[in-house]
Amino acid sequence: MRYLPHTEEDIASMLRSVGAEHMDDLFSVIPPDCRMGKALDLPDALTEWELNTLVEALAETMAVSPKYKIFMGAGSYDHYIPESVSYLLGRSEFSTAYTPYQPEISQGTLQAVYEYQTLTSRLLGMEVANASMYDGASALAEALLMAIRITKRKRVALSRLVHPHYRAVVETYLRPGGYEIVELPCLEDGRTDILGLPGMDDLAAVAIQSPNFFGCIEDLTEASKSIREAGAFFVTSFTEPLAYGLFKNPGCQGADIVCGEGQSLGIPRSFGGPGLGMFACRIKHVRSMPGRLVGKTNDREGRPGFVLTLATREQHIRREKANSNICTNSSLCALASAMYMASLGGTGIRELACLNYDKAEYLKRGLREAGCTVTFDSPTFNEFVVTFPKKLKYTYKKLLKQHIVAGVPLSTWYPELVDHTLLCVTETMGREDMDALIREMEL
Amino acid sequence: MRDSQGTSGLILNEPLLWKKGSKGRSGFSMPRRDVVPSPVAEGITGDGPDFPDLSELDVVRHYTRLSQWNFGLDTGMYPLGSCTMKYNPKINEKQATLPGLTGAHPLLPAELSQGALKLMYRLERYLAEITGMDAVTLQPAAGAHGELTGMLIVHAYHKNAGSRRSKIIVPDTAHGTNPASAALCGFSSVPVQSDEKGIISPEVVAGVMDEDTAGIMITNPNTLGLFEENIREIARIVHAKGGLVYGDGANMNAVMGIMQMGKIGFDVMHLNLHKTFSTPHGGGGPGGGPVCVKDFLAPFLPVPRVVYGEGTYHLSENFSQSIGRLHAFHGNFGVMIKAFCYIMSMGGEGLKQASRLAVLNANYIKESLKESLHLPYDRACMHECVFSDKLQETQKVTTLDMAKRLIDYGFHPPTIYFPLVVHGAMMIEPTETESKEDIDRFIEALRAIVAEARENPELLKSAPCRPKVRRLDETAAARKPCLAG
Repeated sequence: MRYLPHTEEDIASMLRSVGAEHMDDLFSVIPPDCRMGKALDLPDALTEWELNTLVEALAETMAVSPKYKIFMGAGSYDHYIPESVSYLLGRSEFSTAYTPYQPEISQGTLQAVYEYQTLTSRLLGMEVANASMYDGASALAEALLMAIRITKRKRVALSRLVHPHYRAVVETYLRPGGYEIVELPCLEDGRTDILGLPGMDDLAAVAIQSPNFFGCIEDLTEASKSIREAGAFFVTSFTEPLAYGLFKNPGCQGADIVCGEGQSLGIPRSFGGPGLGMFACRIKHVRSMPGRLVGKTNDREGRPGFVLTLATREQHIRREKANSNICTNSSLCALASAMYMASLGGTGIRELACLNYDKAEYLKRGLREAGCTVTFDSPTFNEFVVTFPKKLKYTYKKLLKQHIVAGVPLSTWYPELVDHTLLCVTETMGREDMDALIREMEL
Repeated sequence: MRDSQGTSGLILNEPLLWKKGSKGRSGFSMPRRDVVPSPVAEGITGDGPDFPDLSELDVVRHYTRLSQWNFGLDTGMYPLGSCTMKYNPKINEKQATLPGLTGAHPLLPAELSQGALKLMYRLERYLAEITGMDAVTLQPAAGAHGELTGMLIVHAYHKNAGSRRSKIIVPDTAHGTNPASAALCGFSSVPVQSDEKGIISPEVVAGVMDEDTAGIMITNPNTLGLFEENIREIARIVHAKGGLVYGDGANMNAVMGIMQMGKIGFDVMHLNLHKTFSTPHGGGGPGGGPVCVKDFLAPFLPVPRVVYGEGTYHLSENFSQSIGRLHAFHGNFGVMIKAFCYIMSMGGEGLKQASRLAVLNANYIKESLKESLHLPYDRACMHECVFSDKLQETQKVTTLDMAKRLIDYGFHPPTIYFPLVVHGAMMIEPTETESKEDIDRFIEALRAIVAEARENPELLKSAPCRPKVRRLDETAAARKPCLAG
């Protein structure tokens, strides 16, 4: 086996050094009734070339672009990733390193994460961002737990327009602690109804996603006023951070914690993971923040350098009193997003966000003209809810035969939205592909 | 040591990203605009983020230079205890970037994603076989996420049985994340001490186990690299009081094909794909932390689960007792691909041989260095061994000093000051992919450092001297945090 370097001579000589006769003697400390009496029942080892054939065959069964035109978003977006980003990310000095516990030989990772924290803070309009969480869903759960820790209250309110899977993860995290989750309903225009907020007392946090699950831009400034009056933390979530290239960021609208999914920023969809949990807050709350942080300092000769810092918040020091149990996070994906943000630049992210907006508006107009109904009036980014002239099931199947996937049907999570689908387009969708979808509506 | 691996080459200074570039530059090939601009409602647009504008080469040089300040597994030996820094096969990286897999949307209908589902299903079966467990979830994104999942399952199991339990036993030789994971489920940790042999005795467990205790979290082999010989008896004691036995499988690399956790008393456990199953650690993730359970806990596994029937695979949320969802989608699929490829490349016999060699390498280091460094538990170890700085106390040289000096010799330091049961611990895990020559060089370097501690302790206290920066002021970093530029 090419990953195992030991020759028979090596093994014999090492066994002599440790005073064992056979390899199996090394395991003599394992009681006989704990040992496996048989061989592992696994397939025979494959050569590199056989492995290629096997995995290629699995990959070929998947419906992906360009053979399929996939109008799906819902928390996972198709964006072009510059080859330079993938190439740099493949540098094994980054990818095969461990968590930077030894800063002297990890300055590359550390500076890159420090830059990621900075770019993320700027993108979200916040003062401090951590080194990353697993994904947008766990980031939201951790944000709510953070607010619960600080306010010492046991109740949170969650907009119904937060990604349904994120809400499910929040429930999983919060349920054993006995915390209560209240749901904020949806207005007719596709935004969160915050009118009920003043009646809810003792709230630790209110969480609203923008753009929300229906693609609609929420009025966070308005929400932040009521939330502040309630004495609760304002947590905003997101699944499509590219939107902040065009729209107001959550920080300038009064958010206390901003968290979400950074997959859009240079990370492939990869069937849903790995993603990137982005997490930012106000500096006054930094010591209550979960996750790792990289800080700037100097070495003993006065040269600038970077280290993991504020570790006393973390599990390996504070044990059960830690802010979170998170250890390994999504560091390499954080690097990917920093490389992507650096490649786009301030000018580029604006232009790309506008292009995404315009594409979705083009499709919206075309579908309306072809007899579809766009369900909600609010401004949207990248995705929107629509009903087709005919039953969704019929149209969806018909389109699938032509290798078009007509969005994500919504009735699974929103039973009242039968026949509604969530369509998404990004810069990767050409006008002719959108025209093809529009034409089908007229047939 | 005359021919140290560590040397100094030319590396370049590199400013922070935003100190580079010039407004109007771009490193991105902007897609052709084939639609007209649309008006945006008033009052909702912002200024956009203040990012620097860089060319493609600006970005490439920036990150290439940064990468050269890093030490990766491909650079050299990385003997971090309990982290299993083994070689990350390159072919697995290629498989994980096949367009059919990277381009797949997670909510694709089952009929359009059979390959991915089949891969997940098969990986679950293989992990069940390796651990001797019955059912597996691949959803947790890292080890601590897996621990949380496992604890949620323990919590749900007791709740379902109508019993409220508030405590969980955590030995001092368990992983650092264990107590924090348990705390999220409202369990308070009851610490128990290992005995003079470095393992847990059934008597101490019997002394604390009661009907208010949900179970025990055991790392086996433990963080001293020792096999918990009394595991069957401990499991019997915990089970007799209605508790569950949780296994932290972070050290699974010692026992593949040798011992199955599911057959010796464990009810639920997690694995680390980025340790035992060779997926790269990425400088701190993404990883993978699958959880394996016995049949009676399978109803509590997170949803969605991959189900096979009538010739097709699909995802099902139809499990009413499930603890719910832990991840936005199905977990870190990209990591699963690499672990699957690793198992397919190794086969059952290959995995067993990997464990044997990992244990041989660790014992070889232990025997070769025990004259130079204090070995608190002088017994046969598994895949890692723990030394301390006791013999260097007279020279006032610490574990930290020796670890930093190893850097000058071209090695990544071992895990230090963990486990806490050993004062000044130095936990060395070579893994099976290091050759005898490389291990001999590592042993020689540590021996040289021990000699330096006697002859020139100042050299160690000021180490490292070869990397780009010297020891950094961590106190100042924490006192006045500067976390963004």
